[in-house]
Amino acid sequence: MNKQLLLGAEAIALGAIDAGISGVYAYPGTPSTEITEFIQNSVVAKKSAIRSTWSANEKTAYEAALGMSYAGKRSLVCMKHVGLNVAADAYINSAITGVNGGLVVVVADDPSMHSSQNEQDSRVYGKFAFIPVIEPSNQQEAYDAVHYAFELSEKTKLPVMLRITTRLSHSRAIVSQGISRPQNELAPETDTKKFILLPANARAGYLRLLDKQTKLASYSEKSVFNRIVDGEGNFGILAFGIAFNYVMEVISEHKLDIPVLKISQYPLPEPIIREFTEKLDQVLIAEEGYPVYEELLRGFFNNKKFTGRLDGTLPRTGELTPDHLAKALGIKMAETKTIPAIVANRPPELCKGCSHRDLYEALNAAISGFEEKHVFSDIGCYTLGALPPFNSINTCVDMGASVTMAKGAADAGLRPAVAVIGDSTFTHSGITGLLDAVNDKSPVTIIISDNGTTAMTGGQDSSGTNKLLDICKGVGVDEKHIKTIVPLKKNMEENIAILKEEFEYEGVSVILACRECVQVAVRKKKADR
Amino acid sequence: MNKNIILAGVGGQGILTIAAIIDLAAMGEGLKVKQAEVHGMSQRGGAVQSHLRISDSEIFSDLIPLGKADLILSVEPMESLRYLPYLSSGGTIVTAIQPFDNIANYPNLDNILNTIKNSGRSILIDAVALAGEAGNLKSSNMVLLGAASPYLGIEKEKIEKSIEQLFSRKGQETIDINLRAFKLGLKASENKPVNI
Repeated sequence: MNKQLLLGAEAIALGAIDAGISGVYAYPGTPSTEITEFIQNSVVAKKSAIRSTWSANEKTAYEAALGMSYAGKRSLVCMKHVGLNVAADAYINSAITGVNGGLVVVVADDPSMHSSQNEQDSRVYGKFAFIPVIEPSNQQEAYDAVHYAFELSEKTKLPVMLRITTRLSHSRAIVSQGISRPQNELAPETDTKKFILLPANARAGYLRLLDKQTKLASYSEKSVFNRIVDGEGNFGILAFGIAFNYVMEVISEHKLDIPVLKISQYPLPEPIIREFTEKLDQVLIAEEGYPVYEELLRGFFNNKKFTGRLDGTLPRTGELTPDHLAKALGIKMAETKTIPAIVANRPPELCKGCSHRDLYEALNAAISGFEEKHVFSDIGCYTLGALPPFNSINTCVDMGASVTMAKGAADAGLRPAVAVIGDSTFTHSGITGLLDAVNDKSPVTIIISDNGTTAMTGGQDSSGTNKLLDICKGVGVDEKHIKTIVPLKKNMEENIAILKEEFEYEGVSVILACRECVQVAVRKKKADR
Repeated sequence: MNKNIILAGVGGQGILTIAAIIDLAAMGEGLKVKQAEVHGMSQRGGAVQSHLRISDSEIFSDLIPLGKADLILSVEPMESLRYLPYLSSGGTIVTAIQPFDNIANYPNLDNILNTIKNSGRSILIDAVALAGEAGNLKSSNMVLLGAASPYLGIEKEKIEKSIEQLFSRKGQETIDINLRAFKLGLKASENKPVNI
């Protein structure tokens, strides 16, 4: 059997290729990006014509995947946890329509917020949509889970979620490859009502979905990813997904004799959990993310038989570690060395020579003469403009929010109302906000810092490259107030003057600050050699 | 056989190349491997680390527990100290002595180096000088891998084979430079008085 050392994300990608997908749809987002990149770089995927170009955002990605499923083929759609918020409309409704060809949505959560704005737990979204969720605990399971999820999706005619977290996505282990399935033939949906969510159809679809729930729980009950580790005593551990690894690390290291039930599929299978917990006096619940199932099992009346993140046995927030589990299991920690006081923090920074640097320098100078200095910004490398030496921005909330928050603040009377957004974030979710500003003639200055790539996630293609000027014109921004600048030291004075002038303008201005990402430039140079 | 290694450095310094070579060598030995990496925001010049675990039995956690690392292999001196809580009581630090100074408050280098020497068994390597000697400053990672190789639990010939394998697409000259760098690092490490 072919064995490879793969990131969890790559194991999922390989699993999807082998499971016979015809397309992958995604917008880059840490920690999910590597799934799609692996498929884009796969020779096998190219040979089988698996479609893998980046989508403009997670919603367009999800809908395209649903369309491919409608046509009868298998599709994979990948995103980071907050991306599912963007795709949520399509996602929730696709559970009501159901699918035709298999549809698997991979959502990569980021507990501890290594590269994110929150640590929301996508398993809640799984419950919310009433669809099956598979939560693999290691790289091999991640590979196997994709095959399994596509089979489950085609058997239940529902989208299936594969939930992973940063640690699994970005950790390598040896993965054995299984069999390959051929892609589906084109076989468009024949049910003429299923995908038309008019109220009468939607009501029927919702009932159909609810009717499936008992069956879904019975699949979870028999899931190949469940595991029971025998042990003695009246204390046991219920571990979900990757939390199982940390439990087992401590149990094997310290030779503990504790029964463990591992669950990796939802909705929660009742009989197996009842049987396991009934004979125990105390159950530790270990789950990565929110205490979703701890809350359920403890119940509103706080059944103290169950402990976990809610009562402080495990930390309430952040990623779990083997040390958290050791502490929860009463292992006395040997004394460890401490970090010497001399060690300074080393936060990330904008690269040397990055265009955002010159833009922020000009922006700081241009806004310095105004009484109110507020810059609404967004999600990308340029968010690092929040840190010294720039300290240039005041907000970073969600994709595209810079444009619309600037508009709202302008409506409230703030002048100047300035937004800084990257090119890829602008096409992801900024265009519609700009249209709002144009329609309302809002006095805002929208700076699109265009480095021609989706830089923070590693330089993926940006869907608006070479189209931004036309997009802004098309949305209705007055051409006289669309200014293109090149953020370079030598243009500093001119750029400051242009910014100042547009800050004074009582209408919508767009500044296109265009210069290639230095990382991409270096990579291109290497490739040319 | 059971080795826990923390690889440390600054985003962009290439600790993952070192990891990839150890991974290859370990897989060649039929060992199990788990290697957790940092992707995303910290890669932009921030502190990065990789937890690399090698074993002949099942490895559960992708993360090394505190106090269980046999080796901290760092391509930057201050970064070697950041992960001290992971170092086991008998563990070893192998680090380059060249600072990567991209912050305003980088501490005094002598203080850093002295702190390392007082933090356990440590091997400080002038990786840049040896990489220059090997023929390319970029090979300093292989110097450090060489210096750390006595502590990896894998025969050095197997690691050299993995270097050849990893750089095979880049031509014989690149392979030779990196092998030279590896050997120079190993020699420096063997000849160096170890601070205990």
